[in-house]
Amino acid sequence: MYSDKVMDHFSSPRNVGEIENADGVGEVGNAHCGDIMKIYLKIEDEVITDVKFKTFGCGAAIATSSIATEMIKGKTVEEALKITNKAVVESLDGLPPQKIHCSVLAEEAVKAAIEDYQKKKAQ
Amino acid sequence: MSKRIYLDHAATTYTNKEVLNEMLPYFTEYFGNPSSVHQFGREVKKSIDVARDRVAKAIGALPEEIYFTAGGSEADNLAIKGVAYANKSKGNHIITTKIEHPAVLETCEQLEKEGFEVTFLDVDQYGVVSPEAVRNAIKDNTILISVMYANNEIGTIQPISEIAQIANEKKIYFHTDAVQAIGSIRINVKEQNIDMLSMASHKFYGPKGVGALYVRKGVKLISIIHGGSQERKRRAGTENVPGIIGIGKAIELAYQKFDENNARITMLRDKLIKGIMEKVPYTRLNGHPENRLPNNTNFCFEYIEGESLLLNLDMKGIAGSSGSACSSGSLEPSHVLLAIGLPHEIAHGSLRLSLGEVNTEEDIEYVLQVLPEIVDRLRQMSPLYEKVKGGK
Ligand SMILES: Cc1ncc(COP(=O)(O)O)c(C=O)c1O
Ligand SMILES: [Zn+2]
Repeated sequence: MYSDKVMDHFSSPRNVGEIENADGVGEVGNAHCGDIMKIYLKIEDEVITDVKFKTFGCGAAIATSSIATEMIKGKTVEEALKITNKAVVESLDGLPPQKIHCSVLAEEAVKAAIEDYQKKKAQ
Repeated sequence: MSKRIYLDHAATTYTNKEVLNEMLPYFTEYFGNPSSVHQFGREVKKSIDVARDRVAKAIGALPEEIYFTAGGSEADNLAIKGVAYANKSKGNHIITTKIEHPAVLETCEQLEKEGFEVTFLDVDQYGVVSPEAVRNAIKDNTILISVMYANNEIGTIQPISEIAQIANEKKIYFHTDAVQAIGSIRINVKEQNIDMLSMASHKFYGPKGVGALYVRKGVKLISIIHGGSQERKRRAGTENVPGIIGIGKAIELAYQKFDENNARITMLRDKLIKGIMEKVPYTRLNGHPENRLPNNTNFCFEYIEGESLLLNLDMKGIAGSSGSACSSGSLEPSHVLLAIGLPHEIAHGSLRLSLGEVNTEEDIEYVLQVLPEIVDRLRQMSPLYEKVKGGK
């Protein structure tokens, strides 16, 4: 059902955990639907220097969280905002059609975390 | 991956070798059409009669009350639609429960669209349907009551004799989906006032794609598959002969080995339940604590999601199943877990491990060694668990 890439990220997820005093935190999804994703960002000079995640969800949700953190690490905030769900799914060599809705959360969580960072910065 | 432990016997079982050996000659040697007059047909017809006798005997029915089908779903469809269409002039109300298998639920929903009225009864926290609720739901136009014998997800066994007794008093047909019960529970349709009963061979070590419906003599039921006059005109189509031979042998063996098998499987089940409840915090056992199928365990592990649990178990060679939305392909978690009152987030974290003849104590010990670590690892990744621990 899942590609080797998905299973790789699912079985050894990258960047799991929390960042204390993170510059931006984004949490999306809800337990009702079965997927929640939380992303922590450390940002220096508009560059994402560290990223961690925690996810409650299925194999697709965990794998997309993991690969999304890899995709934005080292990128500027502006570049990270351009990450799309489509790009995330492509870099996992695809997902079964009924799993696409689980993957949207990664893009949303990244955006929410950056929004949180920008809000904090503006204060 | 060396270890392979199958704990999904409620989904399906392998076909027993003895059953298979009895089936094999019916593919090549005895291939005649049972409807044919020549000896090729006659010899096969005779063997079908033996299979029919065996199925009938296992549930206390008469051979002429057994109709072979292509599985549990078809048996459920035939019972419900067959009675509904045949008794339309008497009434259009059907009573069933919220925890039935989709083969019953969706058949009833289809009948609703066609103008029938269906009451879907609630169950209690253990998944038990109350006979009183059945009694109270009966109306003048009720023609059929259908309540499953034992639930396929949480294993809860229903008070079938009591409910059938009520239906009998009120002269309403009573059907039970016994797909999960055959081989695990002793059933006598006459003593228990059951009018119709569905079964599927692949749940008791027989082949897939063959089942049977028992229909008490005198029940008004029409065919839903039209064509030839096979199965006394209630199920058209040339018989799945090897399958029918298989279900006959499988049900005979299931009840020959009944005491020995079920005592052992119950012991393993209880060891598994006890071990998991002791070793894994924030866990609940779903289904009735005592009144459950000997081979069924079903748990909810809070703060984690079922599919990721299944995938992790699979990587360790353990095959189970889950009622989470993501493992079912729908957006909703299992209707059964919701019906017993679990909130969505907990229902997403369910795991069913269903035992069978092949499982050993070592299998259970292995699960008890592997599962707590997996649950803990997933919880460490879960943003919900963080909150429980009050942040570290
Ligand atoms: C309770 C119950 N009813 C009906 C069915 C459907 O049986 P089949 O898959 O043989 O059509 C199943 C099998 O999953 C079941 O568990
Ligand atoms: Zn999902």
